[in-house]
Amino acid sequence: MLEIRDLHATVDGKEILRGINLTISKGEIHAIMGPNGSGKSTLAKILAGHPAYEVTKGEVLFEGRNLFELAPDERAREGVFLAFQYPVEVPGVSNAQFLRLAYNEKRKHLGEEELDPLEFKDLLAERAKVVEMDASLMSRSVNEGFSGGEKKRNEILQMAVLEPKLAVLDETDSGLDIDALRIVSEGVNKLRTPENAVVLVTHYQRLLNYIVPDHVHVLYKGRIVRTGGKELALELEEKGYDWIKEAAAGA
Amino acid sequence: MSTIELLTNKEYKYGFVTDIESDVIPKGLGEETVRLISEKKGEPEWMLEFRLKAYRQWLKMSEPKHWPNISYPEVDYQDIIYYSAPKQKATKKSLDEVDPELLRTFEKLGIPLNEQKQLANVAVDAVFDSVSVATTYKEKLKAHGVVFCSFTEAIKDYPDLVKKYLGSVVPVGDNYFAALNSAVFSDGSFVFVPKGVRCPMELSTYFRINNQESGQFERTLIVAEEGAHVSYLEGCTAPKFDKNQLHAAVVELVALDDAEIKYSTVQNWYAGDEEGKGGIYNFVTKRGACRGRNSKISWTQVETGSAITWKYPSCILQGDNSIGEFYSVALTNHAQQADTGTKMIHIGKNTRSTIVSKGISAGKSNNSYRGLVKVLPGAEGARNYTQCDSMLIGGRSGANTFPYIEVMNNSARVEHEATTSRISEEQLFYLQQRGISQEDAVSLIINGFCKDVFRELPMEFAVEAQRLLGLKLENSVG
Repeated sequence: MLEIRDLHATVDGKEILRGINLTISKGEIHAIMGPNGSGKSTLAKILAGHPAYEVTKGEVLFEGRNLFELAPDERAREGVFLAFQYPVEVPGVSNAQFLRLAYNEKRKHLGEEELDPLEFKDLLAERAKVVEMDASLMSRSVNEGFSGGEKKRNEILQMAVLEPKLAVLDETDSGLDIDALRIVSEGVNKLRTPENAVVLVTHYQRLLNYIVPDHVHVLYKGRIVRTGGKELALELEEKGYDWIKEAAAGA
Repeated sequence: MSTIELLTNKEYKYGFVTDIESDVIPKGLGEETVRLISEKKGEPEWMLEFRLKAYRQWLKMSEPKHWPNISYPEVDYQDIIYYSAPKQKATKKSLDEVDPELLRTFEKLGIPLNEQKQLANVAVDAVFDSVSVATTYKEKLKAHGVVFCSFTEAIKDYPDLVKKYLGSVVPVGDNYFAALNSAVFSDGSFVFVPKGVRCPMELSTYFRINNQESGQFERTLIVAEEGAHVSYLEGCTAPKFDKNQLHAAVVELVALDDAEIKYSTVQNWYAGDEEGKGGIYNFVTKRGACRGRNSKISWTQVETGSAITWKYPSCILQGDNSIGEFYSVALTNHAQQADTGTKMIHIGKNTRSTIVSKGISAGKSNNSYRGLVKVLPGAEGARNYTQCDSMLIGGRSGANTFPYIEVMNNSARVEHEATTSRISEEQLFYLQQRGISQEDAVSLIINGFCKDVFRELPMEFAVEAQRLLGLKLENSVG
């Protein structure tokens, strides 16, 4: 589904990614871990098309297509979803209004009829159950005045509504208490199908207790320095990142 | 790559010129011009006197060029045509007698005047250059006792009402542009809603400037007697010319006991090109007097056009418990300049006012809010709430807030809140990441920002206003 080949990228002239290679097939869950500043969030944002990052080398194929030829909104309509580490507030625009617009953009793209507000309300109520989201949050402005946990849940709600093929979750676990973490993780698990794939960007192993990855990659200084199964995450939890850093320095 | 960079405006779709034969007086302004206009309109002596008094005061006044946050080259008042009217029969029995070219013009502007095509439940007075060409639903309104007609007709048919109220809210010498308007105004709309009547439909006036050389000086007077209710909307467009044109209007509203007037404006005058060439100078005086107890006047404005906007729709809260409201969205793009706001003058006891101003500046435009809240000694228990929000798009535009607060009564409560924000790259990226195009994302953010004002607009026009903002900002982010 996704093929990243020798990806190099910079932000403000500073090189952050230095040759990433990664292949993700449908039905898989990949975790990307690594110390602060290793390039995890950069990778997530580049996949989504954040304008602040410049790709200097390499390519990314999404279902065989060159991802970099598509604008961020086109990527989204093609099924690439990014759950933001810091979801953005949009004052005056209700969550329901925003979600309906996004949902209908996708339907238009697929050549399907748009849903009117009433039809969408039913769909939204259904999807909101996935993250046990309160109906009152639908009429509030997007993320405005939401608690940290509500914002993250709202991201997963959007994922539930948009049903992406590839979902990249950028530190969705950060700032969540244990109950919220459980709800969010269960939400993601419910949305798994054999047809979609999930990339979890995280610092901590605890998220991976709930969402079990097929592959774990460790990113350090812009490269994937180690890949393994879920047990690699446990090893990191136990030993920290220093041994990875040392191994990378030694190599 | 900088995402937020200003590009071009959507083509102004109302920029066409109607080719029509007009009755035009020579350029220039003098006492004889004032007399000529009055004569052309067949006015009674008292009306001429009103004009001459205004003209003489105007001569002694000077243009307010220093305090507003706007700049423009000297206006040559001798280089303006003060009267331009499409040639047509003096008295029209029905719309069939209106020049089809004029009907086509208004239809093109989305204002069909033919009975079959008219907007349901909205009566329209169509003003073309200096005169009103048609007023719809007049008879139906008359059956309810509501008078809705051109100002010219009002002077003929309702002289006592006009004499009583004209200039009673905005005196002839109020300010430079009001004095000019009082001297040379050529038409406009008159509304009278008698005691206890709730006007059964929305009233609206559509202003169209067509002649390149002429200014538009219209006059609107709305009177709501005891317990009367009326909602009125004005819209404006003009062709694209390289030369600036002057629009100096005066609007007066009078609300007696328990009366309510809701006045909405969607202003889309030609704004000039990207470099600031051409466009309308919109120098307008709008004021409402809440004369009666429990009366209410509410201004809602969506200002998107004009090269320069200078207007401060105000409320004089004279009656006890009267209420004044001002809801404003002012959008400036390219080289536009706006200095707009309101004045709330609290005179009566327990008077209340609300000000919600949303300024959006894009391009290299400059957008200032200027507002006065004044509480006089007798205004026991007066309350004001002001919220002033500015949004900047791109890095070259400017926003300013100039609040003036004068409180002379200790029991008054005045609150002022102001914010400045920017459409951030992160906001745009977030919406785009959900599949929303960049243009739709900008429009969504702006509409969200303006929500508190849009919900005050009559239903029929709220949608139009949202669409208009979207059009104005199309391609404004690169």
